[in-house]
Amino acid sequence: MEFLPTLWFVLIAVLWIGYLFLEGFDLGVGMHLLFSARSERERRVMLNTIGPVWDGNEVWLLTAGGATFAAFPFWYASLFSALYIPLVIVLLGLIFRAVAIEYRGKGSTDAWIRSWDFALGLGSLVSAFGVGAALALTTTGLPLNENGDRVGGAWAWFNGYAVLGGLAVVGFCLVHAAAFLALKTEGPVRERSRRFVSLALPVALLPLAAWVLVIQFRSGTLVTWALVLVAVTAAVVAWFANRAGREGWSFIGLGVFLVTGAAALFGAVYPIVLPSTLDPAHSLTIWNASSSDYTLGVMSIVAAVGVPLVLVYQGWTYWVFRKRVTAASIPEAHAVMPAVRSR
Amino acid sequence: MDAIDPLLIARWQFGITTVYHFWMVPLTLGLGPVVAFMQSRWHKTGDERWYRMTKFWGKLYLINFIMGVATGIVQEFQFGLAWSEYSRFVGDVFGAPLAMEALLAFFVESTFLGLWIFGWNRLPKRLHLACLWIAVIGSVISAYFIIVANSWMQHPVGVELIDGRPVMTDVLAVLGNNTAIAAYIHTIFGALAVGGGFLLGIAWYQLWQRRRDGIDTVDSTGRVVVGEATDIPGRDRADHRVWISSLRIGAVVAVVAFAGVAASGDLQAKLMFDQQPLKMAAAEGACHDGTAFSVLSVGNLGSKDCDDVVAVIEVPGILSFLANGDFETEIRGINSLIPEYQEKYGTHLPDDPMYGARAGQEIEYLPIMEVTYWGFRLMMGFGALAAVAAAVALWITRRGTVPASRPLMQLAIVGILAPFAANSAGWIFTEMGRQPFVVAPNPNPSGTDGVFMFTAAAVSPGVNFTELLFSLAAFTLVYAVLMVFEVRLLVRYVRGGVASSVPKLHARRDDDSPPPSDDVLAFAY
Repeated sequence: MEFLPTLWFVLIAVLWIGYLFLEGFDLGVGMHLLFSARSERERRVMLNTIGPVWDGNEVWLLTAGGATFAAFPFWYASLFSALYIPLVIVLLGLIFRAVAIEYRGKGSTDAWIRSWDFALGLGSLVSAFGVGAALALTTTGLPLNENGDRVGGAWAWFNGYAVLGGLAVVGFCLVHAAAFLALKTEGPVRERSRRFVSLALPVALLPLAAWVLVIQFRSGTLVTWALVLVAVTAAVVAWFANRAGREGWSFIGLGVFLVTGAAALFGAVYPIVLPSTLDPAHSLTIWNASSSDYTLGVMSIVAAVGVPLVLVYQGWTYWVFRKRVTAASIPEAHAVMPAVRSR
Repeated sequence: MDAIDPLLIARWQFGITTVYHFWMVPLTLGLGPVVAFMQSRWHKTGDERWYRMTKFWGKLYLINFIMGVATGIVQEFQFGLAWSEYSRFVGDVFGAPLAMEALLAFFVESTFLGLWIFGWNRLPKRLHLACLWIAVIGSVISAYFIIVANSWMQHPVGVELIDGRPVMTDVLAVLGNNTAIAAYIHTIFGALAVGGGFLLGIAWYQLWQRRRDGIDTVDSTGRVVVGEATDIPGRDRADHRVWISSLRIGAVVAVVAFAGVAASGDLQAKLMFDQQPLKMAAAEGACHDGTAFSVLSVGNLGSKDCDDVVAVIEVPGILSFLANGDFETEIRGINSLIPEYQEKYGTHLPDDPMYGARAGQEIEYLPIMEVTYWGFRLMMGFGALAAVAAAVALWITRRGTVPASRPLMQLAIVGILAPFAANSAGWIFTEMGRQPFVVAPNPNPSGTDGVFMFTAAAVSPGVNFTELLFSLAAFTLVYAVLMVFEVRLLVRYVRGGVASSVPKLHARRDDDSPPPSDDVLAFAY
C-alpha cells in the first residue's frame, strides 16, 4: 500500500459519494417534478427547495472528474473513452437539466413551462441512470485491452450490471428526494413526499443493495461487510423515522445508507480502480493508473485547503436556506412585457 | 477503414463545443464585475438607479451564466471521452490545473452565486453583496487555471520526460508559465470588451426606444430633455439615468479593455515569435525571412510550398516591431522554419500503433494558413473596431442621449457581436496555429525540450467513427437549439426593460396592495 495513491483513491471516492448524496436529492427532485406535483405552484415549491444549491451540488461531479484526471489519468482516459456513448448522453441530460431549471420560469406560455419541465425531469432521470451505470461498470469491469482501450465496439460495455447500477442510482435519488422534500416543504407536498418514502423505500433501495452485495461477495472484506451492515440499519431507521414523522432523521438515515453503501463498494474494489473483464493483467490499479508522487503531493495540498473550505461554505448555504419552502413563499410569476408604447 | 478519419470528427467536435462554450464565458467574465460594481454603487449611494441596473444586468448575466455552466461540464469530460491518448500522455501535469479549477474556483462560483440569487432580502445587505463579489472572483480565478492548462499545450514547462511521458517536477513553473500570464491578461481584457459592448449596445437600444416613444427629446443645443411615460411600466425619469449610465460605463469598459487587450496581445506575440515561430509565420503568411507586416496577402494561402502567396500591401519593419520591439531584425519565414522542424521532429509520423492508420503519414508542419492569417487579422480587426465604436459612442452621447436614427441603433446592437467575434477568431487562430501538434514543441526551448505530441496521436483509439459522429451531431444540434432559446430570452428581457427584472415597477401605479411579507422569496424559480 502506497500512501498517496491510496489517499487519492479515498478522496475520489469521497467526491463521488458527495456527488451522489447531494445531487442525489436534486436529481430526484427533477424526476419528482414529472409526476408528484399537482399544480404549477407545487412544482415551483419543489424546484425552489433545490434552487440555491443545485449548481453547487453539481460541481461535485466536475471535481470528481477533474480529480480523477489529475490523480489517475489512466483511469480517467479508459473509463470515459470506454463509456463514450452513455457518458455523452449523461452530459446532454445534465445540459438540459441545468438550462431547464434556469429557463422554465422565464417564459410565459404553458407550452414553454411544460417543455422545460419535461427536459428537467428527463434530463435528471437520464443523467442519474447514466452515472449509476458508469459507476457500476467501474466496479464490475469493462472489456479493456493492454493499452486500456475498449475492445468490441460502441456497445461492448453493456451488460446487466449497467442496468442494475442505473436503477440503483435512480431508485436512491427518488427516495432521497422525497425525504428531502418532506424535510424542506409544508402542506400537501410534504405529506405526499412522506407517503412516497413509506411506500417506495423498501423497493427503490433494492437495486443499490443488490449491487453492493454482488461486489461484497466478489471481494468484500470484514470492514466493508461491517459498512453494509450499517447501511442496512440506516435504511431501516430511515423508514421508521419517516413513519414517525421525524423527517430530519429519515433524510440523514438515507444519507448514511448511501455513504456507507458506496464506501463498501469502493472499499471492496480497492486497490483496483477499473477491472478489465478480458484479462486481469489489463486491470487498472491505484499503482499503474496514478500520477507521479509529486503531482499527487501537490494536489493533496490543494485538497487539504480546498475540501474543508467547500464543506464549510456549502454547509453554511444549507443553513442560510434552512427554512421550509411553502406555497405562500413563492412570489407570483410576473409577465415580461416590452417596455414600448404601442402604436 | 472509415470514409473519414475519426480524428477529423473529434477535432470538429472539440472546436465546435469549445468555441460555443467561449461565447458564454467571456460574457460571464465581462459582465460579472460590472454587475458587482453596480450593486456596490447602490449600497454606497442608495441611488435607486444602481439598484435597477444591478437587477436588470444581473438577470441577463444569469440567463447567460447557466449556458456557460451547462456547456462547461462537457469541457471537463471531453478530454477523456474523445482524447484518451492525450489524457494519458499529459495527465500528470494537465489534470492538475483542471482539478484545481473545479475545487478552488467552480465550487466558489456556483455556491456563492446561488447565495446571491436567493439571498435578496434574506442575507444582510453587505454579506449579500460580498457573495456576488466572491462568485465573480471565483469566475476570474477559474479562467486562470484553464488558461494555465491551455498554455502548457503551447509552451510546456515544469516537467521532465520520464519514459517518453512528461512528468510534473515544478508546479510553480506550470502555474507561472509566462505564456499563461500573458494569455490570461489578454483573455480577461477580451472578456471585459465583450461585457462593455453588451452594455453599450443594449443601453443604446433602450435610450433610442425612449426617444422613439417620445419620452425623451432633445433641445436646440442637442441636450437631452428627460421625460416620463406613466403608461409604460418602468419608463420614469430614473429609467433614463439607468440607461445613460449603463451606456457610458459600457463604453468606458470597452475602450479600457481594448487598451489592455492590445498591450497584453503585444506581450503574447513576442512570446509566440520565440516559442512557436511557425505559428506566427503562418499568421503572417510570411514565407520568406523579412521585417514587413502584411496588410493584405493574396494567392493560395493554403498551398504547401508557399510560393503562391504574394503580399500586396505590406508595411516594412512592423513585423520586427511586433516580435522584437525594433524595426530591423529579420523574422524567419515559413520556408526556413519548416526544414528546421522536419529535422527536429521528423518528416513522417512514426510507425507506432498510437497513430492508428495515420502512422507513417507525411507531417504537414504548416498550419492551415487561411485560418491563421485571417484569424489573426479578424481578431485584431473586430477588437479595434469595437473599441473605436465605443469611443465614438462616448462622444455621440455626451449630451445625454442617443440620436433618433434607427440604423445607428441597429448598428449598436449588431456591434455587440464584434468583441465576441474577436474572441472566437483569436482562439481559433491560436489553437489551429498550434497544429499539427496538440502539445507544441518549442524549437528554441525555454520550457522543457522534447516535450511535444502530435494531434494525430491524441484521439481515443477505442472510440470509433460512428460514436464520434453521433456525439458531434448531438452536441451541435442541442447547442444550436439552446442558442435559439438563450437569445430569445435575452431579447425578451431586454425588450422588457428594467420592469422585466424589477416587478414592483409594474405595480407602482396601483400601489394600494400591501407589501409582500418577509417570507416571500425575492427571487424564485
